[in-house]
Amino acid sequence: MALVQTTHGEMDESLLRKEEGAFEDDNEITTWVEYWLGSELVHRSAHVTLKKNVLTEGITQMIS
Amino acid sequence: MANTQAMCTSFKGELLTATHNFGASPTRAGSTADTFKAALYLASATINASTTAYSATNEVTGTNYTAGGATVTNATAPATSGTTAYWTPSASITYTNVTLSTAFDTMLMYNSTQSNKAVAVYTFGSQTITAGTFTLTMPTNDATTGLLRLA
Repeated sequence: MALVQTTHGEMDESLLRKEEGAFEDDNEITTWVEYWLGSELVHRSAHVTLKKNVLTEGITQMIS
Repeated sequence: MANTQAMCTSFKGELLTATHNFGASPTRAGSTADTFKAALYLASATINASTTAYSATNEVTGTNYTAGGATVTNATAPATSGTTAYWTPSASITYTNVTLSTAFDTMLMYNSTQSNKAVAVYTFGSQTITAGTFTLTMPTNDATTGLLRLA
């Protein structure tokens, strides 16, 4: 039995509907997971991996 | 041999360790690394290169989120490679069991040791968190992808 932290406290994952997604572009890789109790969103987590420093060019222009 | 005009790579690295001071202030009394923090900002905020210091204005608010954000883990000293100086936090930045209901898309890294002065702004796709965890995982710490680079 897996427990999920929700707005109602810890709940058994089997009682919830799980949705997952992902997004990627030049700047980031993002994954997210949602748990729904009926039509109510009770948990959402997101994980963003930064792929590069978006400020590099600006810093380069200032320093160089 | 020929001489080549350039900014010395060693100098770039030394900028990241406050070795040089072209002005009269501030005078650095300590020799230990400063504490850096990461604050999250609403998608409706205006945080950019003109931001000079941390402000609570338009910072996210919500359950288990502490104003000012999370402390950045700094266990890896700045380094240089080629002609680039770089530094990256040595661990992911994690906000655990938070509820952040209003969309946010920005992290401001700032120096909490030096009057909360701003360091850099990082944006990402707009997010909300509900009784969950928001994690920012760092890129590879090298001259190509390091989070803070002086090229």
